[in-house]
Amino acid sequence: MTPPLLQVRDLRRTYRARGGLFGGGLVTRAVDGVSFDVMPGETLGLVGESGSGKSTTGRLVMGLEQPDAGQVVFDGTELTSLSATAKRPFRRRMQIVFQDPYAALNPRMRVGDFVEEPLVVHGLGGDAAARHDAVAALFRTVGLDPAFMRRYPHEFSGGQRQRIGIARAIALRPDFLVADEPITALDVSIQAQIVNLFQDLQESMGLALLFIAHDLSMVRYLCTRVAVMLKGRIVEAGPVGAVFEDARHPYTQALLSAVPIPDPARERGRRRLPFDAGAFEFQPDDALRDIGGGHLVLQGDPR
Amino acid sequence: MSDFLRALTRGSGWLGLIGLLLIALLLLVAAFGPFFDLPDPTRTNLRARMVAPTLSWVGFGAHPLGTDQLGRDILSRIVAGSRVTLVVAGAAVVLGGIVGTLLGLIAGYFGGWLDRLLMRLADIQLAVPLMLLALMVIAALGPSLQNLVMVLALVSWVRYARIVRGQVLAVREREFVQSARAIGASSARIILRHILPNVLTPAIVVATLELARVIVLEAGLSFLGLGVQPPFASWGRMLAEGRTYIASAWWIITFPGIALMLTVLAVNLLGDWLRDYLDPRLQVR
Amino acid sequence: MLDIRDLSVGFSRDGRFARVIDGLSYAVAKGETLGIVGESGSGKSVHALALLGLLPQPPGKVLGGRAVFDGEDLLALPESRLRDLRGARIGVVFQDPMTALNPVLTIGRQIAEPLIRHKGMSMRQALDRAADLLALVGIRDGGRRLSQFPHEFSGGMRQRVMIAIAISCEPALLIADEPTTALDVTVQGQILDLMAGLRERLGMTMIWITHDMGVVAGIADTIQVMYAGRIMERGPVGAVFASPRSAYTWGLLQSLPHGARPPGGRLHQIPGQPPDMFALPPGDPFAPRNPFATDRCRVEAPPLRAVTDSAPGHSVAAWYDLPALLGRAA
Repeated sequence: MTPPLLQVRDLRRTYRARGGLFGGGLVTRAVDGVSFDVMPGETLGLVGESGSGKSTTGRLVMGLEQPDAGQVVFDGTELTSLSATAKRPFRRRMQIVFQDPYAALNPRMRVGDFVEEPLVVHGLGGDAAARHDAVAALFRTVGLDPAFMRRYPHEFSGGQRQRIGIARAIALRPDFLVADEPITALDVSIQAQIVNLFQDLQESMGLALLFIAHDLSMVRYLCTRVAVMLKGRIVEAGPVGAVFEDARHPYTQALLSAVPIPDPARERGRRRLPFDAGAFEFQPDDALRDIGGGHLVLQGDPR
Repeated sequence: MSDFLRALTRGSGWLGLIGLLLIALLLLVAAFGPFFDLPDPTRTNLRARMVAPTLSWVGFGAHPLGTDQLGRDILSRIVAGSRVTLVVAGAAVVLGGIVGTLLGLIAGYFGGWLDRLLMRLADIQLAVPLMLLALMVIAALGPSLQNLVMVLALVSWVRYARIVRGQVLAVREREFVQSARAIGASSARIILRHILPNVLTPAIVVATLELARVIVLEAGLSFLGLGVQPPFASWGRMLAEGRTYIASAWWIITFPGIALMLTVLAVNLLGDWLRDYLDPRLQVR
Repeated sequence: MLDIRDLSVGFSRDGRFARVIDGLSYAVAKGETLGIVGESGSGKSVHALALLGLLPQPPGKVLGGRAVFDGEDLLALPESRLRDLRGARIGVVFQDPMTALNPVLTIGRQIAEPLIRHKGMSMRQALDRAADLLALVGIRDGGRRLSQFPHEFSGGMRQRVMIAIAISCEPALLIADEPTTALDVTVQGQILDLMAGLRERLGMTMIWITHDMGVVAGIADTIQVMYAGRIMERGPVGAVFASPRSAYTWGLLQSLPHGARPPGGRLHQIPGQPPDMFALPPGDPFAPRNPFATDRCRVEAPPLRAVTDSAPGHSVAAWYDLPALLGRAA
């Protein structure tokens, strides 16, 4: 059995807002005990709505924020307790692509230099000429003309900027990529292009992908396994087919019933399942329990 | 650059253009002044004391703008003074700008106790009245040109630091900075390569407006005798010296006064225009 | 109810000028729900703003056309008359619930405002009605919540408040510009159900602008697909989804994921980039990205013509015959 590439165990992160003039501070449990594995080369989808903690989880996995508790084990090494210098070699193997293509690029830096930067920071790619060729190859890989290397971000469209962000993320040939809502900000006709790009990269580079999104249909298409998050915890996880066709947790069921289907005949007759996220509370004995075939559901003790 | 020039030459840019032209004039005068055959600004000629301005170069010992109480030619003193003003003010702005920007970057990026320390330092300094500060420093260290520059820089670093710090706080959370951290770039690299270029524009705007302020400050200090010392010419000194002769030899104080006013006006016009021009571009799309 | 003829809108930027909408014409019947679908640059939002007189006049400019609402041409009306219509006969719901509400006024006052202005109610009466409206849009405890401020409401609830404001005077026409795009999926579902219910109760005519084909499939009677300021295809929603005639509509539908990925499968993608309105090529604006484009498409922009072998009202702007081409390619 191949060991998982990434193991996340009981990750927690709480935000404390300072109290205002009249009241106490607000404590938000952004990530409240999240655990999952990612196998080499697989795509795990992490879905949830706003406030579910999915983006925070991505950042914790990448080490952009320190968790309050829990472990992130990458290829056997526990990362959260390492110093910044010790983490550096792992930076080469895990990378991240962000949601907002307009904020993800340095507006004052030529895009070629921006994509080259990971190589420069880690002293890879040989001399300047060799690096230039490497960057040109990366541009071609993501479907951009290398002649654009000398341009600035504002000269590109959203979809092109996202490609540039992806080029930078794969420059170091990582084993694992966190994609934080990479297509949400893009036009529908461009989303398919980017998803296909991810697919191609996975096939050619053997990348494992943590695909954070709220677009369930895209997750269903692209991912092999999926985890559904609500209020900082995973409420259901498992193979995509099992979770989507046989959802057990009421939240997952409500979520699925709410996704609009582009088919008038089916869509008109649908009933949406209600779910009051505000009133929902986790019970003390809730845990992720395996109901068969790797399909996990958060529920109380069945006995 | 072409955008910049285009914006200056059309429509509402005319004020900025005036400012730019006046400053260009000032620079030309300061740079090429010594090449004109002007009398030595420090040479006193007691036989030609307080000669009225003739506004022409013709005639023996012509003094187009007159002479002062020691017979020194006013025009050459104004030209010489312009060099002093530019060098002192320029150096102060550069020094203050570099120090202020650097401290603002550090305070904004690292936060924590360093940030609090630097901001308290800034607050303390702002609480001390300017002239008092200048007096203390000059009294302690002596009235040399270097000390003057230092005092002026000391007085202005806070403005840069505050503005830059604010911008750094905003830029620090942007995704491209997160991305730089994610690839393991060092803090120095992130600050210099990613943050600095994106906070530079407001710092430049502050610099142009500070230039005007520093020029006035220098004149004020020189007026009080704390700035440029004789025999060097400084517009401020000339104002001070000319004070007593307002009634009898009005030109001694008037012409340097006009020069000072035009310079400050020019810098302010350019600075205001620059701020408006750069403003929408500060919102990076 | 609403009849738009030849609407043209231009935009200037950095000294350049572009026609972002060129000769747009369509009509909405009473009681109909029209779903306008498009991506960025399609002009879907811009034309709605132009209709309502809310287009920022520099840099935008209405270049021509008529928009007849209930006998009056909206584009020719003075601002004062438009203000009377807006809120009273035409309701508007915008995309961003965060910024569309005034943060320093209570919800009650904001809902009451159009009632006081257009129906001449007193503050007391308006607030009572506001409480009813909150109940109508599914906000419990309306009486107490009237005195709360926008920041005390979640995004979904704020959008409900926006809807309450929009329908407060029982408008004949409701224009909703991407009202659910910024909301979570479950909340979107609730809002869609709410709107369908309200439409039944109030008999409103609706124009629903979105980029989401699923949303259109659920709520619209007629779908209108826009690209680069023109209508590419239009028709009853069932007919268009079942048998799209425009390569753009077809491309959009094909590039949506359906179910799980088959092994080795790829999503169909529309090649190229969204159009640059300042540098539009001649002819059909979609031609550069259209694998089925003919030479004529590149030279001459096709007019919107009825499709003969489909449901009535189905029309398309295309020189090519998509079903034939697809049949051949299969």
